[in-house]
Amino acid sequence: MANSYLKSESKKLATWYFTVAATLFGAQLLFGLVAAIQYVMPGFLFEILDFSVARMLHINALVVWMVFAMFGSVYWLLPDETGIETVGIGLGKLLFWIFTAAVTVVVLVYIFVQVGPADETSIWFIHEGREYIEAPRWADFGITVVALGFVANLFMTGMKGNRSGIVTVLMADMIAFAGLYLTGMFYTDNISVDQFWWWWVIHLWVEATWEVFVGAIAAYGLITMIGAHRKVVEMWLWIEVSMLFGSGILGMGHHYFWIGTPEYWWEIGALFSALEPLPLVAMFIHVLYDWGKMQGEQDAQGKEISVITNRPAFTWFVLNAFGNFLGAGIWGFFHTLPQVNLYTHGTQFTSAHGHLAFFGAYATILVGMMYLAVQGKNGIKILHNTRSTIFATSMIVGGVVGMTVALTIAGYSDVIISRAQMGATWAGSRNGMETINGYHYICRIPILS
Amino acid sequence: MAKKSVWSDNRFWQRSAAWITGFASVLLIWLTFDTSAQISMGTDADIQNGVTKRVPGPTVINYKITYEMNKKRQHEIPVIGGMNAEGTSAFQEKETFFGRDDWSEAEAGELLHLGKLASQTKNCMNCHTLLGNGAYYAPDLTKAWLDPAWGPEGSMQAMTGKETKAEAMAEFLQNPSQYPTHARMMPNLGITAEEAKGLVAFLKHMATIDTNGFPRNFGKIQGAVNGK
Repeated sequence: MANSYLKSESKKLATWYFTVAATLFGAQLLFGLVAAIQYVMPGFLFEILDFSVARMLHINALVVWMVFAMFGSVYWLLPDETGIETVGIGLGKLLFWIFTAAVTVVVLVYIFVQVGPADETSIWFIHEGREYIEAPRWADFGITVVALGFVANLFMTGMKGNRSGIVTVLMADMIAFAGLYLTGMFYTDNISVDQFWWWWVIHLWVEATWEVFVGAIAAYGLITMIGAHRKVVEMWLWIEVSMLFGSGILGMGHHYFWIGTPEYWWEIGALFSALEPLPLVAMFIHVLYDWGKMQGEQDAQGKEISVITNRPAFTWFVLNAFGNFLGAGIWGFFHTLPQVNLYTHGTQFTSAHGHLAFFGAYATILVGMMYLAVQGKNGIKILHNTRSTIFATSMIVGGVVGMTVALTIAGYSDVIISRAQMGATWAGSRNGMETINGYHYICRIPILS
Repeated sequence: MAKKSVWSDNRFWQRSAAWITGFASVLLIWLTFDTSAQISMGTDADIQNGVTKRVPGPTVINYKITYEMNKKRQHEIPVIGGMNAEGTSAFQEKETFFGRDDWSEAEAGELLHLGKLASQTKNCMNCHTLLGNGAYYAPDLTKAWLDPAWGPEGSMQAMTGKETKAEAMAEFLQNPSQYPTHARMMPNLGITAEEAKGLVAFLKHMATIDTNGFPRNFGKIQGAVNGK
């Protein structure tokens, strides 16, 4: 690693994690672009790198870069929060290399092997063919070991140093995050049982543990970047945890409407997932309120400067507060009630929500953390926006918004043609294909520029 | 100085968070036990005894499957082996599956096992949706077995030149890119004859799962609720 102002080994390790995360983010965009082109030109890379392979790479790169950036974020903030160097940093570095090597092997196998015969060997060594958690079983065990090592470092450091509220939340959250992965590792012939447990990983990650993680990171960001009062921030954090877990855990019901599971999930899913946007509103208000309060206190002292010490990072944190509410909250709530979901389930509507939510809730804040690392690594006291940070931010946001609009329109036509009129048949989806998705491709272009 | 209020006490909110999370988790675990019992796979004995399971046993491949509006539940349900007086499965009417309607529990189970494995190793879910989950590039497969396009008068069966739906599906799965279906075609995934048979069994079995009426209006081309 190049010359660095960083004294803390934990922060150095964080920059490694961020570097790999940014690379994988690039891979996500690349394979997303391939998949988007295939919507418009279906012959593109046909039987060379098919849509299924491109999409698997697209969504796996997404999950893995976020996990890398999450680990990086924790290693970044631990010394600040606990006041000590991370315990077991050597182990952390070893696990980083194991994780990176494993991801590389998995990606190469995805690209060059793609599919295998219908046997357990393929499940062990090629992929498991289960959306988002396709990683082959050998990698499952690897990921579990890496995640447990990370959690161990977090716990050892948290228990030895000063255990702040933020660190306490992260400790509880990250052990749940690692543990939940185990529920997605077994094989069953029963597709309903398969999807039931599959959602334990996917839903309890993105609508529970990851959201709590975001709450903790936002709390840290507010303290570091605008000097918000820890007491207020941590009290809000606990309230957010109550609201997020209180709604998110049973909000899982909205995935159990149509997969063979009993009818009572209609009521449970509808009620709790309708509550899920509330903590996201709370988080949005919290970020803006604290910002206004800190700036106001400073203005009252007659100082005419911004309280923000890292403007690009703070821009992304504010984008997170709003994007989380809009993408996860509003776009999720649109189709979460069973009466609506009967027609929107399995359409591009889900895709519109997925894109805006993953971006708004997670990509934003993790990019923000990367900017904090850029500042720290280069020893910059106050990091200002430049033409290129403003350009990059607006292009990415513009690209995702364009994509969401296009996919939402595609979702509507999907619902009308494939669900309401033709009921998910071959004929229905064929007619649907004619009308949708041209927009998707056009709107993807800006994100790469 | 006034007495500190509990509302501004971090410990209070920390405990609230712990209690709420604990309560929600316990409720979820309790419901998981109930749901797991309800979605466990049925057996051939269930079918013989006329017991309707949400996920029936693999020997349903020996029976005729339809998707009928149920008055009591107000949505469509899978009906296995013809309908009884209550509008649910009678488990009587058989239908040959690759020339046989007497697949034993072990044989049918083996086919389903192979098919489920193939559905994962061939990565179906990253183009299609299964039970509505997956990618939105290709048709939903939840009730694909009941799709009119694959029926005796359907374009897909005619295209393959096969006599039965099962054989037509298996033929297509083995050589998907030979058939001009749509600009967006299915690639050749190296599916063997045996794997194709397993996949068709998997699809037929999936069509018998009680999905609470999803997908609505399946196969009712005329449109509108109940295909009127």
